[in-house]
Amino acid sequence: MAQTLRKTSRRTIRLTPVDAFLWLVRIAAVVAIVVGTFRTLTGRGLVTLSGAQWRDNVVSGLSLGAVYALIALGYTMVYGVLRFINFAHGEVFMSGTMIGFFVATALARTGLWAGNGIYLALLIVLLASMATSTFIAVLLERVAYRPLRGKTRLIPFITAIGASFFLQYAFAGLFGTSVHHYPDVAQLAGQVSIAGVPVLKTQAVVIVAALLMMAGLYLFVERTKTGKSIRAVAEDQETAQLMGINVDRTIVLVFAIGGAMAGIAAFLYTLVFGQAFFLIGFVPGIKAFTASVVGGIGNIGGAMVGGMLIGLIEAVSPNLILSGLGIPAAFQLTDVVVFLALVVILIFRPTGLLGERVAEDRT
Amino acid sequence: MAETARTGPPDSSASNGPELLPARDVGVRQVVRTGLLAGLTIAFVASIGMLVAFEGRAVVSTLTLDYVILVAIPMGFGYLAAKPPPQFEGFAVARRGGRNLLAGAVAGVVTGGMLAVYLALVGNFNVREQMPNISPEMIGRLTFQQGLIKGWAFLMLGSVALSTLGAAFNLLDRTLRRALAYALSWLIVIGLLQVVVSTILNNLGFPLVDRLYNVAGSLTIPGAIGVFVVIFVAYVVPKPKREPIKQGYAELPAKKRRLVLVGIVLAILAILAAVPHLLSSDLAEDLNLAGIFLLMALGLNIVVGLAGLLDLGYVAFFAVGAYAAAVLMSPLSPKWAPGLIFWEALPFVLLAAAFAGLLVGTPVLRMRGDYLAIVTLGFGEIARLLVTSTWLTPYFGGALGIIRIPSVHVGPVEFLGANSQTFFYLIFGFAIVAAYASYALQDSRLGRAWMAIREDETVAEAMGVNIVTAKLWAFMIGAVIASVGGALFAVKTASIFPNSFDIIVSITVLAIVIVGGMGSVPGVVLAALALRGLPEILQEFQSFRFLIYGALLIFMMLRRPEGFIPSRRRARELRQDEVLQDAWVQAHREEPAEVGLEGS
Amino acid sequence: MALLEITQLTRDFGGVRAIDGLDLHVERGEIVSVIGPNGAGKTTLFNMISGMAQPNGGNILFEERSIVNLRPSQILALGIARTFQNVRLFPEMTVRENVMLARHARTKSGALGAILRTPRFRREEEDTRRRAEEALAFFGTRLVGWRFDQPSMSLSYANRRRLEIARAMASGPKLVLMDEPTAGMNPKETQELTHLIRRMRDDEGLTILFIEHDMRVVKGVSDRVVVLDYGRKIAEGPYEEVAHNEHVIEAYLGRKATA
Repeated sequence: MAQTLRKTSRRTIRLTPVDAFLWLVRIAAVVAIVVGTFRTLTGRGLVTLSGAQWRDNVVSGLSLGAVYALIALGYTMVYGVLRFINFAHGEVFMSGTMIGFFVATALARTGLWAGNGIYLALLIVLLASMATSTFIAVLLERVAYRPLRGKTRLIPFITAIGASFFLQYAFAGLFGTSVHHYPDVAQLAGQVSIAGVPVLKTQAVVIVAALLMMAGLYLFVERTKTGKSIRAVAEDQETAQLMGINVDRTIVLVFAIGGAMAGIAAFLYTLVFGQAFFLIGFVPGIKAFTASVVGGIGNIGGAMVGGMLIGLIEAVSPNLILSGLGIPAAFQLTDVVVFLALVVILIFRPTGLLGERVAEDRT
Repeated sequence: MAETARTGPPDSSASNGPELLPARDVGVRQVVRTGLLAGLTIAFVASIGMLVAFEGRAVVSTLTLDYVILVAIPMGFGYLAAKPPPQFEGFAVARRGGRNLLAGAVAGVVTGGMLAVYLALVGNFNVREQMPNISPEMIGRLTFQQGLIKGWAFLMLGSVALSTLGAAFNLLDRTLRRALAYALSWLIVIGLLQVVVSTILNNLGFPLVDRLYNVAGSLTIPGAIGVFVVIFVAYVVPKPKREPIKQGYAELPAKKRRLVLVGIVLAILAILAAVPHLLSSDLAEDLNLAGIFLLMALGLNIVVGLAGLLDLGYVAFFAVGAYAAAVLMSPLSPKWAPGLIFWEALPFVLLAAAFAGLLVGTPVLRMRGDYLAIVTLGFGEIARLLVTSTWLTPYFGGALGIIRIPSVHVGPVEFLGANSQTFFYLIFGFAIVAAYASYALQDSRLGRAWMAIREDETVAEAMGVNIVTAKLWAFMIGAVIASVGGALFAVKTASIFPNSFDIIVSITVLAIVIVGGMGSVPGVVLAALALRGLPEILQEFQSFRFLIYGALLIFMMLRRPEGFIPSRRRARELRQDEVLQDAWVQAHREEPAEVGLEGS
Repeated sequence: MALLEITQLTRDFGGVRAIDGLDLHVERGEIVSVIGPNGAGKTTLFNMISGMAQPNGGNILFEERSIVNLRPSQILALGIARTFQNVRLFPEMTVRENVMLARHARTKSGALGAILRTPRFRREEEDTRRRAEEALAFFGTRLVGWRFDQPSMSLSYANRRRLEIARAMASGPKLVLMDEPTAGMNPKETQELTHLIRRMRDDEGLTILFIEHDMRVVKGVSDRVVVLDYGRKIAEGPYEEVAHNEHVIEAYLGRKATA
């Protein structure tokens, strides 16, 4: 017989030096953002951009964000099910780009690349990327993570770090450390106009594809039986097992789906940026993780929102805020802004914008 | 009854009591899987260019490292392929014999099959453009310059033979097996470390060094045999019992015990202090670099090992120390060049580091372990981006760094980075202080508070621990130690550039701490030498350094999370079942009846 | 004035009111037990007294000072120590170290003291160690001698509970909160612990507030019993009185039993 909540409830506030410091940080951040933006928009910043340039920045940010969103799905799903950050997921993405590059250059040499065969070629590259990423993700789970599943959280995490670096330098060893360039796709050069906004064809493809994949994944997780078993395992492994769900297989599936999404992201990324190299997964991995936290970890819709947001922040903030504050060559500090965003979100709203979706911590 | 059945021949079970289950023995899956893995490993190692890189390093006579690896892989995997699974009570005992050898041979065949596929692919498709290490030279070397078909035949034969040989190790008695394995491993290590060993031996005045090593830098054959025999014998001969010594030590009065301990420590330090003079100037320089990393590892050891805070952005503090020292000391420091001497600059460096520690520690105070790691990683990157940025170039020199950092003077003695044998002592001194601090903190009120926070933060707080203070102290102390490393680094290289402060430094230090053993000083010392010193000596390892670090981290976590030379406590933490068993045994041995309170 | 004075304490979890306008006081030197069916809010009450949870309303006064805004470590320093329903020791730390940890709030030396091994540090370490061993000796020979260096996870269940009590006692408290101290113990151990609780008050001068389900313990040692049900106090008084209170019986057994 639960009593209903009465209106009066008092929350006690404890103010310590630490809290004071954190409030200072909050205020400093807000002030910096406001001042920087104001100065830039009123033409007093170091950089002045035309409306068209801002628009291009936004579009570019959205397409980058779409890629981040897809990668973020891998982080968010694995965390939702295992409460574990797959630190090596950035490398799952990277492996897709590298093999994609390999296949693309091989195909470019065969002549399939020119003319109408291009769509088939691109499909093959996409499938190769997806297959590679999925394979690496599942391999990681099987070899490095599963044996450590019961252990205290730091041990699997350190393993993930080891795996991340191992993969980076394995691919460096296999493919060399230089930046690899994708063969151009003539059919995707140029722009299209969407609602009066000129968008690079590649960007358009990326955004649309990402949205479709997200929607598809969301429906899959919410509406299908397999999706339900994933949600069950995410919520309570033990009970799910008692209900007859094969927990091991479900976890592998989660890794595989995350990997596949990363593979698609890899393909899309190379469409837009046309390059691949062994470190390409590291920083985007952290940014995608930031995106999943910003959106709310464990939350698929959150990954989408978070990804777009981070992409936008990355594209827009150097010019908008940093240049406004008088920082030259602000693009150098783009990553600083994103990392600071991660810190700020984790301090002030660790459950993210759309809320966490993880099981109760039963430790 | 099960006892007799266990030691008797397996098929007499019917007459001896309860029926035993069929023996758990090597199965087909195991053999095939291992064989495939061996083949994949060889293909991988070849494709990343390791074999080609190792061509130049002769280990024993003309046997080069790449062939040593080509031999070691099938042998090692052959051993694993034929290794029987753990034997359980109630099962018949798996007999070791022909079956194991067969397993090895079959694994070898599978490996050969994999290699066939590999050679067929690389032989017929030119992937040189995308995969630069799959070169004609590599393929040639792999096929012993005999062409694809003949070369593969050799590989197949070799793989079967070596696999079977490796499998044969399973048939040996345990002591023999260990002795052989260690003897072979040490043989390779001593062969590789020719530069170090021969320099030391020459400087110590040992005769016959030129009989041990030849001019090409590898072991001579008689030398190799000698080393092998010595080590083999050392492992085969039963060791004197350590128990009486331990007992004797425990029975000494406390004052005497402390004297003995101090004596041992001083002796070790004396030996270590003599080392740079046994080395050449170049080797001493490598030693110094390893020493700086050791210093940082000792610091991270406190943050990660004692306080349990996984700080992945440790390089930020290293950078703070280096840049603070550079700015304060160098006359060419861009904005502001006070031109202080090292000892004047040091307090400010430490202060800057402590402040940085607070800055990094405060936001992460309430974060969980993995989030804390990623956020600190972010801070590390932020540090690098800031010192490289155009914005801060007027202060930190940007990509051009800061140069002309002067040397350190202690009285009449000058510690110049280029004079590596002398500079060693500067690093050595600070390392001793850091190591001492590590021990002192572990066994203290703060150390206990850290341990408690590591195990159960909520209860630690309920028991009176101020979590905020304890964590911040950990960050600050770690930062301060790293900053000393940075300052020493700045002085050693006399100039600093931002690309030295990459996240890879954090990962290297982390690898040293993990491999060495979290919380263990001797382990960390050896790990620093092995992980950072060796690649400098054996240059061909440089390009594979991070690959190896990554593999080591994974390996250590899977197999030996307490590190190679663990602190006793950590080993206990991670091997709970054994601890519980020991406790049970001791409880039942020493206390026949427990006495409670009167009147109950 | 009462050592512990709780007035109109309220705590909500989402839509559920876990503690509802609770008034409770504990006088110096008393042994008071808190009983009630599962879910009555007893552990929540302890969490709020010890600072691990915040009330939504009401006040908690300890030695006439409000402790509602304080952190758990501060509350321990003021003199309230507790044990947990599901024994929460530091598993890898030794028996002695677990108890030494409780002296943290009573000692001051920090990093510098540790590194420099100042006289004050040494004195405090010595003192901490001694007090820890004394607290452990309270339990006879069960937790002393070679046990000092045993990792606490290797102890038997009953010894773990005792260790937790020793740990709480070592922190030099005035009030000890014990959450189901005899849960899982056999009758002999339970009896021993009952005597122990009395000794804690008689010999060590501690005031004790404890949660229990085992009525033998409650009957054997409480000066006063407080009964909670659905977050409210439904009875208070000596054991005999409370045991025959019809509301109490109803709470435990349901309405039919009294009809």
